[in-house]
Amino acid sequence: MKVTFPHMGHLHVPLRSFFAALGVETVVPPPIGRETLALGTRYAPEFACLPLKVNVGNFLQAARMGADTVVMAGGVGPCRFGYYAQVEREILRDLGVKLDMVVLEPPQGHWRELWLGLRAITGGADLKAIWRAGKLAWRKLTALDELERELHRVRAREATPGASTEAWRKIVDRLDRAEAVSEVEEVARQGKALLAAIPRREDDDVLRVGLVGEIYTLLEPAVNLEVERVLGEMGVEVERSIYLSDWVKTNLVFHSLHLRDDREEYRLAAPYLGHFVGGHGLESISFTIRYARAGLDGVIQLAPLTCMPEIVAESILPKVSRDVGIPVLTFMLDEHASEVGMRTRLEAFCDLLRERRRRKERFLVGARDAAADLRE
Amino acid sequence: MRIGIPRALLYYHYYPLWLTFWQQLGLQVKSSPPTNKEILNQGVSAAVAEACLPVKVFYGHALHLAPQAEFLFVPRLVSAEPGTYICPKLMGLPDMLRHAGKKLPPVISPTLNARCGPRAWELAFIRTAAVLGFGARQAERAWKVAVAEQARYTAKLGEGKTPLDVSEGAEDDDRSSRKALLVLSHPYNLFDDFVSLGLIRRLRARGYRVITAEMLPGRVIAEEAARLPKALFWSLGRLILGAGGYYLRSGGVVGIIHVVSFGCGPDSLVGELLERQARRFGKLPFLLLTLDEHTGDGGMVTRLEAFLDMVEWRGAS
Repeated sequence: MKVTFPHMGHLHVPLRSFFAALGVETVVPPPIGRETLALGTRYAPEFACLPLKVNVGNFLQAARMGADTVVMAGGVGPCRFGYYAQVEREILRDLGVKLDMVVLEPPQGHWRELWLGLRAITGGADLKAIWRAGKLAWRKLTALDELERELHRVRAREATPGASTEAWRKIVDRLDRAEAVSEVEEVARQGKALLAAIPRREDDDVLRVGLVGEIYTLLEPAVNLEVERVLGEMGVEVERSIYLSDWVKTNLVFHSLHLRDDREEYRLAAPYLGHFVGGHGLESISFTIRYARAGLDGVIQLAPLTCMPEIVAESILPKVSRDVGIPVLTFMLDEHASEVGMRTRLEAFCDLLRERRRRKERFLVGARDAAADLRE
Repeated sequence: MRIGIPRALLYYHYYPLWLTFWQQLGLQVKSSPPTNKEILNQGVSAAVAEACLPVKVFYGHALHLAPQAEFLFVPRLVSAEPGTYICPKLMGLPDMLRHAGKKLPPVISPTLNARCGPRAWELAFIRTAAVLGFGARQAERAWKVAVAEQARYTAKLGEGKTPLDVSEGAEDDDRSSRKALLVLSHPYNLFDDFVSLGLIRRLRARGYRVITAEMLPGRVIAEEAARLPKALFWSLGRLILGAGGYYLRSGGVVGIIHVVSFGCGPDSLVGELLERQARRFGKLPFLLLTLDEHTGDGGMVTRLEAFLDMVEWRGAS
């Protein structure tokens, strides 16, 4: 058995580690590129959302490299992702590509099916071995997420554009090769030091922008045209509403135990959106409010074109933006999105944010002077 | 009190229930007129560009009604059957409308969620009526009458009538031995004569009997849907794949037309599954018609005629 899986950000690092620890051979699809998109758009439905097209591209490329089994997550709606695997299976079948699909559905109180699925792809490994492999994979994931948060801070302040991105590549590579939890800890420490050692610019004129939206477009740089790197190199510190480890905690751990750790999101969004709408539509609203309260300069919403939950959010965000006083820019991404187009819009947005900040500062200075005059 | 109900989206499925309930409580119910160019334009300019055509049409109807009603009735349609959803946009619709930055009367939006139990819709209606000052008894009585009215409507659809036939009181002329076409679509695309560019009228004028998913008994749909590799969580998608699967297997129609609106999320996958299934069976001609706000008669007529020529040519050979 040669297992492959769809790309999503650095998901391949913990997944490869998980399977390797259980002695299961994996084929990581090539990094998402032109070829991936070309295959995906040729064989996936025209109006499907972009992640499905990229999945199909990943699978076809992995099949060429000898993969015979796909492992991916399922879902229960209303977002389209919950039916991806079934549609993808049909596409592969009609193409005559021999790939078994093992779909791990979120356990809605029934752990048996998930357990059977896990057993099927782990070659009948026992619970203890799965637990150990899971622990290593989990630690890699949390280390990646911690370091990526740090990366966003450093990148906005680096003296040489690209320096932190280069360091990040090294870190991901080393984490990918780590074989024990202790080794992950060591690499994480080194990684922090590596990022800390990057020379910074003299000034500290950094804008802070929150990224909200659909999980796949947020997490996959090849699909969001590396918006985080582009912003970082424009001197913008990025805060992201979703990290993979948080998502795993909320959806795989809390929800399947019928616990909630997202009440606060519902409470914040309630004046604007009174019900969950699938995907991360509600979080796009609640995090925009959070970011405004935290004093960030702006918010960028990312989503695949025709993404239903994010269209709901997009329809409501202008009102939220006015009420809480934070500019919001939306990017709906598809296979035709261009880096140049995005960069132009980002530059204009950052100009707007800088101007707003200057005006706010002038206003504050003016108010301070006026207060001083009054005291005299 | 005058309550406005936009003639859009699932109005076509549920208007007997909705209208009767409020009328029974003594409210004056005002529906918007059938979609026209002005309503569509109003909706297109008020909604975000990425929204699908039916949502834009809905905005248009709501804005059209706004000056004429004291309340707008815009239910939050989460689920019509246990274990399913309808569409994320319908779950957020009342909020999208409220925050569209337009002048609107208060929007009444009970959450209709069959996942919360068999009486969830009823309780939501009764609670909403309570907010408007109606007692529980009165609301329960109104609910019973409304449900009966809805059942009569569903029965009429089962006899082979379209919602338009029912509202226009059309005679039973469609049960003849004419050749039948299966037309699959969400009700708000197909039964909105303006949006669908009169598709049903055109097909009938060419001498075809039109069958829609609504005309099949729920039992048949459920049986067919159970063949899917995984329970489909969109109830409208289930209706389409259920009816499509049934006729692909059993025959009885000479062709299948799937009508979708541009940018429809669920249909982008449901349509793909339907088309692949139709191709595998390989017996029935299949046409996919995509509607958007720019659709003109010309393009559609050409495609439709080419399709019908193929259907007739196959029938002759």
